[in-house]
Formats: sequence, C-alpha cells, structure tokens
Amino acid sequence: MNHQFIKKLYYGDIPDEPGSGAAYIAKADTAAWPLWEVFIRSKRGLDHKHAGSLKAADATMAIENARDVYTRRQEGVSIWVVESKNIHASNPDDAESFFDPAEDKVYRHPSFYELPDEVKHM
Amino acid sequence: MTTIHQFENDFQDKIDQEAKIEPKDWMPDAYRKTNLRQISQHAHSEVVGMLPEGNWITRAPSLKRKAILIAKVQDEAGHGLYLYCAAETLGQSREQMIDDLLSGKAKYSSIFNYPTLTWADMGAIGWLVDGAAILNQVMLCRTSYGPYARAMVRICKEESFHQRQGFETLLVLSKGTAAQKEMCQDAINRWWWPSLMMFGPKDSESTNSDQSMKWKIKRKSNDELRQNFVDMIAEQIKLLGMTLPDPHLKWNEQKKSYDFGEINWEEFWNVVKGNGPCNKERIDARIKAHEQGAWVREAALAYAEKKNKIKTVSAA
Amino acid sequence: MQQINFILSLADANLILSQRNAEWCGHGPVLEQDIAITNITLDLLGQARNFYQYAASLVNQSGNMPGNIATEDSLAYRRTEREFKNILLCELPKGDWAQTVLRQFFYSVFCKGLYTQLLQGQDAQLSAIAEKSLKEVLYHVRWSGEWVMRLGDGTAESNQRMKQALQFLWPYTGEMFMPAGFENNEIDLASIKKQWLSQVRSILEEATLQLPAGNIFMQSGGKKGIHTEHMGFLLAEMQYLQRMYPDANW
Repeated sequence: MNHQFIKKLYYGDIPDEPGSGAAYIAKADTAAWPLWEVFIRSKRGLDHKHAGSLKAADATMAIENARDVYTRRQEGVSIWVVESKNIHASNPDDAESFFDPAEDKVYRHPSFYELPDEVKHM
Repeated sequence: MTTIHQFENDFQDKIDQEAKIEPKDWMPDAYRKTNLRQISQHAHSEVVGMLPEGNWITRAPSLKRKAILIAKVQDEAGHGLYLYCAAETLGQSREQMIDDLLSGKAKYSSIFNYPTLTWADMGAIGWLVDGAAILNQVMLCRTSYGPYARAMVRICKEESFHQRQGFETLLVLSKGTAAQKEMCQDAINRWWWPSLMMFGPKDSESTNSDQSMKWKIKRKSNDELRQNFVDMIAEQIKLLGMTLPDPHLKWNEQKKSYDFGEINWEEFWNVVKGNGPCNKERIDARIKAHEQGAWVREAALAYAEKKNKIKTVSAA
Repeated sequence: MQQINFILSLADANLILSQRNAEWCGHGPVLEQDIAITNITLDLLGQARNFYQYAASLVNQSGNMPGNIATEDSLAYRRTEREFKNILLCELPKGDWAQTVLRQFFYSVFCKGLYTQLLQGQDAQLSAIAEKSLKEVLYHVRWSGEWVMRLGDGTAESNQRMKQALQFLWPYTGEMFMPAGFENNEIDLASIKKQWLSQVRSILEEATLQLPAGNIFMQSGGKKGIHTEHMGFLLAEMQYLQRMYPDANW
C-alpha cells in the first residue's frame, strides 16, 4: 500500500484501491442533457446574476429545474437560462490588452473631480 | 515567446496573491486533474450520502421530522449538482464522472458505507458527519479554483442548518424515554469513530510535501482539522448528557485541547477498499437509479429534438 | 363530524401520495428531477400537515376524544388503515417514472378543481389552506403535464411505458369524483370532473396518447377506508416508530 503519499482522505485523496468496483459496464450516456447557465434576479430592481448551471433537455425544463434547484430558499423572483454553448466569452489571455488600459483613465470616475462643497448632490 | 515555465510562474503568482483560478485560465495539468478528482469525489459523496439518510424518510417519526429530513436529503442532491457543474468546467462531463463512480473507478467518502440502523442515526449523522464535513467545507470556501469555491460558499450556507437539526434531533432523544436515550447513545457510539476517520490518515503517515497545500486547494492538515472537531464535539456532547466511546478522551490543560484514543486504521483501510458494511448496497442503488433512468433521459431529449425541429421548420 | 372526515380525506390523500413520491428521493432518473419530484413531495406533505392541523383543532373542539388531544401526528400515525380516507390512486406503488408523473398529473388536475371550489367556500380556514395549496398545485400540474407530453411523445419505449401507466392508473381515476357522503354541498364533483376530463384529454392528445375507450369499471373504496393491499405495508412502514414507542416524543 503506498499511502505514505497520501496526505488527506477527505474529498480528492480517497485512494483508488480496487475492491468496490461494481459489475457496472460503463457506457457513454447517449442521452446526456445539455448544460445551461442560470441567472437569477433576487429581487425587483436588481440585475440577474449568475447562480450556477444545470442540465435540462429543453429551455422549459431548464427554467423549471432552475426554479427547483436554485430558488428553494426564496432566492429569486425571475430566472433566465441560456444554453452554455451559446455563451461567448473574452479570452483570459487577452486580459491585459482588454482591461488594463482602463486602469489609468481615472477621469471616468466621478471622484476624480474636485468641486467646492457648496455644490451638493452632483 | 512565453515558455511553460513562465506560465507556471504566473500561475503560482496568482495563487500566492490569493487570486482565484477560473476555468479558461491556463493551469498546470496536474492542478486540473487534482481539482477534477477532488470536486468529483466531493460530488459523488453528496449523492451517495443521500442514501443512508434517505433510508429513513418513509419511517420518520413525525410529520415535522419527515419534512426536515426530506429537505435535508434534497439539499444534498443540490450540493452534488453544484459540484458536478463545478467539475464540468474542468473539461469532464457529468456522465463520464457518473460512469466512473458506478464502475468503482471514482471514490466517495467512506462514511456513507456505514448503515443507518435507528432514527437516532439521523441525528448522529447531522451532528457528527455533517459537523466533520463543515470543518472541511468552510476551509474549501477559500479554495483557489473559482467554481469550486463558489459552489462551496453556496453549500456552506445551506449546510449550517444540517448540523443544527442533527444536534436538535439528538437533544430531543436525550431528554426522552429510556429507550430513546439508549438509541441516542448507541448512535453516537457507532458514528463517533467513523466520523474521526473522515479526516483521513495522520499527518505523520505522509512523507512528501503536499502540492495541494501549495496550490491552496486545501489549507489545513488532517490532524489539525480532526483536533478542531474533537474539541468541538467533546464540549457539545456535555449538553446532550451522553458520552463519547473513547476512554482516552481527556482535556489536556497544557495544549489546551483534548487528547483522544487511537483510530482503528485496519477498519479504516478496509472500508476504503470496499469492505465496509454497505459499499455494495450504495453503489448498487446508484446503478439502479442510473440505469432505470436512462429511458427517461432519452425520452426527454428525443421530445426536445422533435419540438426543436418543428420550431425550425416553422421559422424557415 | 362530516366536515372533519372531509378534511381528513384531503389530508390523507396528500400525505399518502407524498409518502409514495418520497421513495424517489435519492433514486431519481437524473439529479435535477430528483430535486424536482422531492419539491413536490415536500409541497404535498406541507398541505397534508395544514389539513391535519385544522382537522385536529376541530376534533379537539368537538370533544369527541375525551382525554386525548388530537394532533397532526396522532392523526397521521395513530389511525388504522380502515380509518384512512385517501383515494386509492394515492397509495398505489410509485412504479416507474411514467406511472409517477401520470398519477401526479391526474391527482394535481383534480386538486386544482377541488381547491378552486374550496377557495370560494364558507369555511375560512379551509379556504385559506386551499389558497396557499393552489399556488403549489398549479406548478405540479404544469410540471407533471409536461412530463406526460415528453414521455408520451418521446421515444417508442417511453410511449409504451406511458400507455401501460395509463392503462394501470385509469381505473383508479373515477373515485376522485365519487361522493363519499362527507363532502359539503359546496363541492360540485360533477363540474370538477368535467374540467378534469377536458384538461386531461387535451394533454394526453398532445402526448399522442388516447383516453381509454369504453365503459371502464372504476375502483373505489379508499374514501370509506377500504384500501388496496399496498396500504397496509405503507402504513406499517410509516407508522412504525410511533407504534413501537407509543410514549415517546420526537
């Protein structure tokens, strides 16, 4: 037994000892449901926020699954779902050219401008 | 030109600065694999963990207890789901992970291979097993992989109710009839040692430096977490008026924590290897659910495709 | 007394169906649907508890059980099989996913009609419970109706299984609309039946399934406490702890 290399046995390091291998013949599930991203508006006036993902056969089911999975504790008043494959994302490798140029444009932020105290509420 | 070495340095810099790693970021292959393994084992543990408690849903002794237990087991399904989704961001499908679980290739926490024999086991699992799990999970909320950390934040929020309801279940039994008190003590006796085993082998059993700690996937050692757990439970059990089945359990004034006896490591390794009392039942139950659900999943997909086609045709 | 029996029949039906659906928890065809059916289980259990609590308060007011205080648990756990008044449909085994969703659909469409009438009734407490339950029931109708369509119009196998479920369950649908003598005169079962048939027919059509033809003999007896053989086992399991430890609180 080579468990001197094992530090923990909590999730992740439970060793692959043979023994409990069941008589199950692994077969690729031909009926895998697509993955959906779920966005929830937690209360009126707020944006929809990414809550997580789930599997569903179609959009109707995805919304209902989202209701059952992500709003069991009254977390939402509105749900959006979108199939994960339809999300286009920026490339993390472009992060520097995408986001760093905004760093020195402090003049975009209201606190950049010093106004006399007499001007209230601007 | 960027070399692998630079990638690795940048990666470790991010980790050292406590920045989270996100799915599309570059990451060492071993980091991806380690996370995938850990998150999927965690997901499997949640799903298999539904079974021992699910056992008692139809026999819960009051309508209130029944509702609480159903909600709790359902939460575990939710946690399994969050975790499978987090693992999927690393490039393996849930179907593949489930196949690995059912064929015995992937593992889950050994604790769920113990049987639930009386109603008091529902309390003992909530208090001891979930209590042990929470110590680990609170730590995992700060783990370096973003999707895992976010799933854990959501899970910990829901999990805190589990330990409380477990303790309260035992509290009621401890104030009940003689038979209930006996049931309560018996459940604690049976679940105490397996709960301690949940934290894994002693730190001294390990010889190599732990890459997982460096990558901040994990943040505390087995013995550290186990000691925290013992100190917490040894105090809480006084409120129950019950005892822990360990003659060596004693407060150590010097180190300001409890000393406790030796875990039966032979039993520990045997349960890990599949020789626990319920290993076979648990996996068989999951296989049955998966195989008997296949036609349902196929039908839903076939129906969705039909409806999609109709929509496409009418749009054309 | 009639009103108490009527309320108990509603409580029993919800509890027994909840008990059956609970058997799916941890064994569903996919995690998302395991969670979905369990939500329905919890809704039904919650409705049962509201009805039991109301029935218990009426029993205690009536003074018919001197020395004993009725509670939701005494009503659920300490009555015999012959005292349970749920329709037979609810106690049938959960069967496969087809049988489970079709039964849920039949039952939920019925509850929709029934609760809508209760909502307008004289009994304020019952009306309040019906109002709260109706919101849940509408979702159950939607969820189960969609599954009936998916399976009916899914694959050859799922279609076959739906047909079997339909054939098996249909003879148990008639009892919903048979008066048992304890319904108050605000309840119009005939009109509930009419609406029920119309919604069931349209969803079954959508699911490429047909309403069983001909004059099919309908099973009944549940409302009078004459149950199927399944019921004894269900209660034995459900009531075991309360029966074994009659003096205990949990």
